[in-house]
Amino acid sequence: MLEDKVFSGERLTREDAIKLFQSDDLFTIGRLASYVAEKKNGRNAYFIVNRHINPTNICVNRCKFCAFSRSKGEEGAYELTIEEIIKKLKDGHGSRVTGHGFSEVHIVGGLHPDWPFEYYLNMLSAIKKEFPSIAIKAFTAVEIDYMSKISGLNLEDTLKTLKKSGLDLMPGGGAEIFAEGIRSKLCPEKISGDRWLEVMEIAHNAGIKTNATMLYGHLESIEDRVDHLFKLRDLQDRTGGFQAFIPLSYHPKNTEIGGFYSSGVDDLKTIAISRLVLDNFEHIKAYWIMLGEKISQVALLFGADDIDGTIIEEKITHSAGAMTEEGMTKEELAYLIKKAGKTPVERDAFYNELWKG
Amino acid sequence: MERIDKQTALNLLKNADLLEIGELADTIRKNLHSEGIVTFIVDRNINYTNVCINKCKFCAFYRDVESPDAYLLSNDEIFKKIDETIALGGTQILLQGGIHPELGLDYYTDLLKSIKDRYSINIHGFSPPEVNYLAERHVLTIRETLIILRQAGLDSIPGGGAEILSDRVREVLSPKKIKSSQWLNVMEEAHKIGMRTTATMMFGSVEEPEDIIEHLDAIRSLQDRAGGFTAFIPWSFQPKNTELAQNSPPHPPLAKGGRRGGINSKLYPATAVDYLRVLALSRIYLDNVKNIQASWVTQGLKLAQVALRFGANDFGSTMIEENVVKAAGVSFRVSREDIIQAIKSAGFKAAQRDTYYKILRSF
Ligand code: SF4
Ligand code: SF4
Repeated sequence: MLEDKVFSGERLTREDAIKLFQSDDLFTIGRLASYVAEKKNGRNAYFIVNRHINPTNICVNRCKFCAFSRSKGEEGAYELTIEEIIKKLKDGHGSRVTGHGFSEVHIVGGLHPDWPFEYYLNMLSAIKKEFPSIAIKAFTAVEIDYMSKISGLNLEDTLKTLKKSGLDLMPGGGAEIFAEGIRSKLCPEKISGDRWLEVMEIAHNAGIKTNATMLYGHLESIEDRVDHLFKLRDLQDRTGGFQAFIPLSYHPKNTEIGGFYSSGVDDLKTIAISRLVLDNFEHIKAYWIMLGEKISQVALLFGADDIDGTIIEEKITHSAGAMTEEGMTKEELAYLIKKAGKTPVERDAFYNELWKG
Repeated sequence: MERIDKQTALNLLKNADLLEIGELADTIRKNLHSEGIVTFIVDRNINYTNVCINKCKFCAFYRDVESPDAYLLSNDEIFKKIDETIALGGTQILLQGGIHPELGLDYYTDLLKSIKDRYSINIHGFSPPEVNYLAERHVLTIRETLIILRQAGLDSIPGGGAEILSDRVREVLSPKKIKSSQWLNVMEEAHKIGMRTTATMMFGSVEEPEDIIEHLDAIRSLQDRAGGFTAFIPWSFQPKNTELAQNSPPHPPLAKGGRRGGINSKLYPATAVDYLRVLALSRIYLDNVKNIQASWVTQGLKLAQVALRFGANDFGSTMIEENVVKAAGVSFRVSREDIIQAIKSAGFKAAQRDTYYKILRSF
């Protein structure tokens, strides 16, 4: 019995995971996931006060589902200078309630055709100099792969150099879905799933913690989702370098592939099954900017223990028709968490507790 | 399942685990609607006037007669809206407005007749505050008023104006509006002369859990006696732009863009978890009301899909137009195809229904 396995801490097999996705028993799945979440994180539901910076939207890739990127010279294309980045961060400094400012900067952007590797290094060190106590979570595996090309360094040296300049962690973006057939329809321009996993493995070995994501609700099958989760679980067994897993629901608006929004029921199920399959991940994040605050809140009762940050700017999802507002205050996040019966915990980038509500 | 009493209901509302109460509601829904069909209606909300003397504190829609954006739709404007509704496959209009001090029964009967002369469309119109106002104005009984309206063409009555059927709460929210007993009386009289109505509940304002139970119990008792409710529709207070919200100090502080209106902690809008809990409890408590509507207009499509697993079996209206909710800062542009897709992707069969929940077309 699947229940017995979960209660005794036995690992789920691929077949178990497929069965869960096929099952209609939303409540049992939710309860099992909650059980696991509570075993790992108690009643805590985490959030972080962070700032998002997207240094440029100019990208050589132009992935089909990406509504954010532009080609160089195209209308709406932009690039931020390092001074502009610092200014943006300074403008948002400080917080009314707990006395903490933001504790993390999250940086992702397009693959700029002309920026040299040094530009990224200078960006990191300038931010570190100005905000020495703030963690920098930057660059998806796709960007790291690109930087390795423009710098002529191998992945390991690319990552080590970035780390020296101030990179603390990496976000989990760019994983999309590993399944080759779908991936080549969704984002043929992007690095392969194997390459993504390779970048992550090298990052973990270089002492850089990362997150992992999965984009679902487009063309993939249940088996594709399960394979994706198992590849992550296998890598985590080897490195232990993943902090959180973040299932990302697909947003159809403005993209060439079109299609539909995933259903709220599927969102909750996917969160819950991720919690059950990824027994070696500490955290499952219901990213509220993607899911909307309502589904994210409910997801806290379906295995999620983190709803991410208070966010001032989040361009990438928004241009693809996300359903949420651009920002929530810390008080609003804490309120949502409490109303779900959980304890709000403001964390730093490494899940250290900064404030507890 | 046996009927639950008020005390059990209160306990569930306050203490039950969300998944537990949800599963219970889901089981009941499955038993009542074993075909796995989720229905919706194609209709249009026509708010014939926004002038209203009641000035309810939670209402973002009303205007004074002298206000520059006060309006009263002409018959031609109303006909045009009905033409569009029919062209879009609509079978019903929801005709509601404020309590306009200059409109008497003649206006209403003329309007109803002129619509029925031109169209065979169901007129779901005039919630209890409007009916009650007309009765008082013309010194008629509720029954007489209803019969006059029905003869002129009124088919069924929407459940608006119920808010919370607890006079303690109504005193705060809508002191000039009819009391609970009057609301219930209009519905009872309507049911007795064979009219069908819906019932609503607006929660998440200043009520206590006990008030919600009062409300549910009042609906259940009336349904036992009269039996004319087709559906129950709980929805949550939308605080932006309302007097109730503006008179309260902003707490928690606003997100960028003032999304929350200005609200005190009591008036923080009901969250998704609150909504699902109340919805599920409604399904459990109202064992004699066949249909429970999910409110995608106030909750968004994704949470409405989840609501289909927490007791709801109907997606309400495609809302060709929804002025009242839009005024409170929430609006969703959603097509009929979006609704059908949303129902299907939540795991159900989608079907268009009429006012009386008869299925017209399956998708
Ligand atoms: S998804 Fe990333 S790599 Fe692809 S076009 Fe957009 S910014 Fe570029
Ligand atoms: S809720 Fe209805 S009765 Fe109250 S002010 Fe608004 S329009 Fe008038």
